[in-house]
Amino acid sequence: MVLWKVARLYKTFGCSITVPHRFSSTKRRIDKLLIANRGEIACRVIRTARRLGVKTVSVYSSADKNAMHVQMADEAFLIGPPSSQESYLRADKILDVVKKSQCQAVHPGYGFLSENAEFADQCREQGIIFVGPPASAIRDMGIKSTSKKIMKEANVPIIEGYHGDDQSNETLKREAARIGYPIMIKAVRGGGGKGMRIAQSESDFMEALESARSEAQKSFGDSVVLLERFIGEPRHVEVQVFADSYGDAVHLFERDCSVQRRHQKIIEEAPAPGLSAELRSELGAAAVRAAKAVGYVGAGTVEFILDRHSHSFHFMEMNTRLQVEHPVTEMITGTDLVEWQIKIASGERLPLTQSDIRLNGHAFESRIYAEDPAGGFLPGAGPLKHLTTPQVSDDVRVETGVRQGDEVSVHYDPMIAKLVVWGKDRDEALMKMKSNLVHYNIAGLETNVNFLISLCKHKEFAAGNVHTNFIRDYHDSLFPQEKIDDEQKIQAAVALSLLESEAGDIGESNSPFVLESNFRVNHFHQRTVKLFFKDKEFNAMLKMLGRNKYSVSLDDGETWHSVEGEIGTGGSLKCSINGFVTNAKLYHDGKTLALFNDDGKLEFKLPQTKFSTDDGDSVLGFGNVALAPMPGILDKILVKIGDSVKKGEPVAVLIAMKMEFIVRAHKDLKVSDILHKVGDNVQKDTVLVQFETTE
Amino acid sequence: MLKIIRNILIKQKHHQHSIRCYAANTIKSQYNVESPNYKKNYEHMSNLVKTLQDRTKSILQGGGVNAVKKHTSKGKLLVRDRINLLLDKNSAFLELSPFAGFEMYGDDVINAGGIVTGIGKVYGIDCMIVANDATVKGGTYYPVTVKKHLRAQEIAQENRLPCIYLVDSGGANLPNQAEVFPDKNHFGRIFYNQANMSSQSIAQVAVVLGSCTAGGAYVPAMADESIIVKQQGTIFLAGPPLVKAATGEQVTAEELGGADLHCSTSGVTDHYAINDEHGIFLARQVIKNLNKQPVQFESHFEPPKYDPEELYGIIDSDIRKPYDIREVIARVFDGSEFDEFKKKYGETLVCGFASLYGKTVGVIGNNGVLFSESALKGCHFVQLCTQRNIPLIFLQNITGFMVGRQAEAGGIAKNGAKLVTAVACASVPKITLLIGASYGAGNYGMCGRAYSPRFLYMWPNAKIAVMGGPQAAGVLSQVAMASRRQQWAQDKIDEFEKPIIDQFEYESSPYYSSARLWDDGIIDPKDTRRVLGLSLAATLNSNEVPTKFGIFRM
Repeated sequence: MVLWKVARLYKTFGCSITVPHRFSSTKRRIDKLLIANRGEIACRVIRTARRLGVKTVSVYSSADKNAMHVQMADEAFLIGPPSSQESYLRADKILDVVKKSQCQAVHPGYGFLSENAEFADQCREQGIIFVGPPASAIRDMGIKSTSKKIMKEANVPIIEGYHGDDQSNETLKREAARIGYPIMIKAVRGGGGKGMRIAQSESDFMEALESARSEAQKSFGDSVVLLERFIGEPRHVEVQVFADSYGDAVHLFERDCSVQRRHQKIIEEAPAPGLSAELRSELGAAAVRAAKAVGYVGAGTVEFILDRHSHSFHFMEMNTRLQVEHPVTEMITGTDLVEWQIKIASGERLPLTQSDIRLNGHAFESRIYAEDPAGGFLPGAGPLKHLTTPQVSDDVRVETGVRQGDEVSVHYDPMIAKLVVWGKDRDEALMKMKSNLVHYNIAGLETNVNFLISLCKHKEFAAGNVHTNFIRDYHDSLFPQEKIDDEQKIQAAVALSLLESEAGDIGESNSPFVLESNFRVNHFHQRTVKLFFKDKEFNAMLKMLGRNKYSVSLDDGETWHSVEGEIGTGGSLKCSINGFVTNAKLYHDGKTLALFNDDGKLEFKLPQTKFSTDDGDSVLGFGNVALAPMPGILDKILVKIGDSVKKGEPVAVLIAMKMEFIVRAHKDLKVSDILHKVGDNVQKDTVLVQFETTE
Repeated sequence: MLKIIRNILIKQKHHQHSIRCYAANTIKSQYNVESPNYKKNYEHMSNLVKTLQDRTKSILQGGGVNAVKKHTSKGKLLVRDRINLLLDKNSAFLELSPFAGFEMYGDDVINAGGIVTGIGKVYGIDCMIVANDATVKGGTYYPVTVKKHLRAQEIAQENRLPCIYLVDSGGANLPNQAEVFPDKNHFGRIFYNQANMSSQSIAQVAVVLGSCTAGGAYVPAMADESIIVKQQGTIFLAGPPLVKAATGEQVTAEELGGADLHCSTSGVTDHYAINDEHGIFLARQVIKNLNKQPVQFESHFEPPKYDPEELYGIIDSDIRKPYDIREVIARVFDGSEFDEFKKKYGETLVCGFASLYGKTVGVIGNNGVLFSESALKGCHFVQLCTQRNIPLIFLQNITGFMVGRQAEAGGIAKNGAKLVTAVACASVPKITLLIGASYGAGNYGMCGRAYSPRFLYMWPNAKIAVMGGPQAAGVLSQVAMASRRQQWAQDKIDEFEKPIIDQFEYESSPYYSSARLWDDGIIDPKDTRRVLGLSLAATLNSNEVPTKFGIFRM
């Protein structure tokens, strides 16, 4: 699915690398690799492994038996039921598979077991290469206080604070002065912003402290506070590092992941915008120091919090895995970080020295999620009924583990794909991101594509003014009132009419009744198309003037628009409205109609018929009784007096003519009497169960 | 006017373009679309079509605003909405005789005769739909309603089209019972037809969407499969008032003949629907399961090389002025191609082969009065078509057979009789279109209504009568003067003749004809190809029946 040619990027570096990029290992220890993960990252690892000639083994849960990572791998093993607790997190099962399949190494991907020190230990004990850092590094970096201590010792700036027991005014004031203003006073037991105050300077410290204490006392019954350096509009900047087992470490520049929702990244870029060259190398150097300080091996990320205004930065944490957003780094450095991981795990040295690693251009990554941005970004799940992706190229990568028809499962992360683009500079890259997002067409479930488009179009984002409160601060302009204009309503109504006529009921026919589609004698066939957009209904009156020719009114016939429409190949709509031609891609499944245009997806709900084949089924009987449908012997009574039964639920079983008949409740009712017992011979229409009168 | 000029320009371009791909048998139009006569004619026909459209629009209103509101407030769909829902989404609907009952019952406006009939596709199958309009006098059967219902059944039977009855009718219109109940072609014939069509494996499906009382109860009862909508549809031989009068029993309509009763107890209906949409959905399912294959059509054919709208300018506003029938043929049939038969013999009757939506048809059209030679040629051509099972299309513009001593001596009567025999006996599908005059025995020779064409339509300029008004008036004034042994002055003659001419004028109008089901509809000349094509498509559902001719007087 992904055509991703690292070679092209290498070429852009001109003299730095002139020979074609090839795998040339002298210490090849891995020729079969198990990927202990699923989804896009598993597919991503398989692709590089395959290029390197390494055989791959996937593991999967029963929910993933048809998943892409299972089909791509050379071998795949079922390791348990859908719940990740019983499958992808089961180290024992995975290690069994490693042995069974004779793999030398395990790539943990991200999430799941990737930062599980115990798992890394078990691997080592059993002589399996864990493609990741030593367990000790994972352990050290996993404990906040330990990691801060190590970093402080390695001269990496950390967030200053005071967590002491001495709560006297003098101590607190003194500590505040040491840490520096502005400062945050936070209730130790606080949460949700309660018991939290910010003092801009020493003069308002006491007032803020008292206010925080009294609120904390009221809310939590405890007035103990802590102090921390306050960063008003922080940016999340992280540095990609790599270290080998010979003690060498390099950085591959930084990424900016400031724009987040629900504390999760949504769009990432590299390099971070607006950083000076000095700051960039300072950050890089600090990150390398950090890696060396913990004896790191493999791929890691050192996260910093960067003050948007002062550009001071502080260590936050170190992620001891390959991150979701690693492709942006690959795009600007022309590297394949999975290849690096495998080589280093094989015992090779770092492929490049620091001076050979050049920053070229700019890259963005958008994470496409099944979620509802307008509904607080709540994650979603469901079938990917319709899925088309942008055209991939050297500069456009689509990292995904799903195809049309797959399911976004409730059991796992709802990420559908990562769209990664590269441009000569930030503006070019952003433009490419916008134009490619428009071609990421998904229907069947709610996604954040429209939101990502809106984000990419935002003035402040375009200007690079990113920080972690970006979505909160610009909420209103990021969520423009979703409205549709007349043109889009007409497009939708005409598309529906065309799709319905195209589909017909018997497919192709050259009968005049089909060729003279919708012809009526001496008048035009007129129909009203009813559609819902965001739960708001609208009607379009369509006058059928001829094949693919319409007159459309949105105001009950007051004004009419002349429209010609045509469905092109691949389900696109070409529509001329009063002479103005528009194009949109279409998806239609009987319940929804989606139009994909430059603003993303417009999804319309279609009115549903008020009946199904079950409705009105008089076999269920009527009135407040359940009747025997035919003469027979009562075999089972499934209800007791006083039971409430739902419509369609079985109440009794009758045996007649050697067959079993289930008698069901015809609506929601309460059982008031049972008139026969099991074994009774009953006649047709005998009342078996009496229900209470509810109306 | 600007529109006309624009049209002309478009047409010229069109003509130039088409010259390059002329086949040898393509008709070359001689018409000058810029002549003053063309423009005058165009305007005249445009007005006639405008009237046709306006009158159609008012017929579509059914029983008027109040009746429509009352109907829809019960959650019921209007008759044409029901039909649209029943049809495949891409289907055309060939509505028949929308002008039935037009200006026939004085102040009682019985739009469309209170019943909508027509042909369209359901699951790809061409079906006859017969649907009561309950907004028009409660859907009761006026004499014309019965006639229209029977005509739809006749078309269904002749062309083997499954019938779907959307029933919503109060039964016979009591004040008119004498014109509705007793005769052969009255109400009872509906059920006779149902029984006989069913016996011929022509599916009969009824959806009871409203009342279905007395005789009407037999529509679902005689259907192969029937559907009823709960709380809307009722079927009983006698309604609650009559039951009370007869037996004293007090019962509601729903208890007496509702969906629950008929689906679970009486078995009068087979399928239970919760509303109109559901009932219509179920009717579609019934058709889907008929195990019937649709007629296949060729995928390759060309539309006419000339714009059909040019017919407006070609058809002379004066019905007596002749024009070449080939100009009409060129604007109706595939590629404007026409293989003419006996072109140089009996030139007043034009015969030849053409195709319509890829199907070969024999075309017979008038280019003047019928002479002996024309009649003989026509007789020959009809025999060719029956021999080869080729449907016939008659384009009727005829003032009659030639009269006078010479003609009589030449045996015009026996030669005309040969043509009439041939047309009467031909069992291939016949479709007749009245494009101008339809007078006298010419109507017979050219397959008038009495000759059972499968379909018969009229253009809005056409006239139908035993003879022209002035001729009739002339005959009558001659007779009157002779019987009184008088010779009147011209003004006296004019005074005598005027009411006769007026009466003929009124009664020969296509609306007068269509109101009485003398035809199956008045059509816009530019829709000729479509309507003939749809009609032809419907006829192709029937089986081939060999023709046996009667004695041709030699």
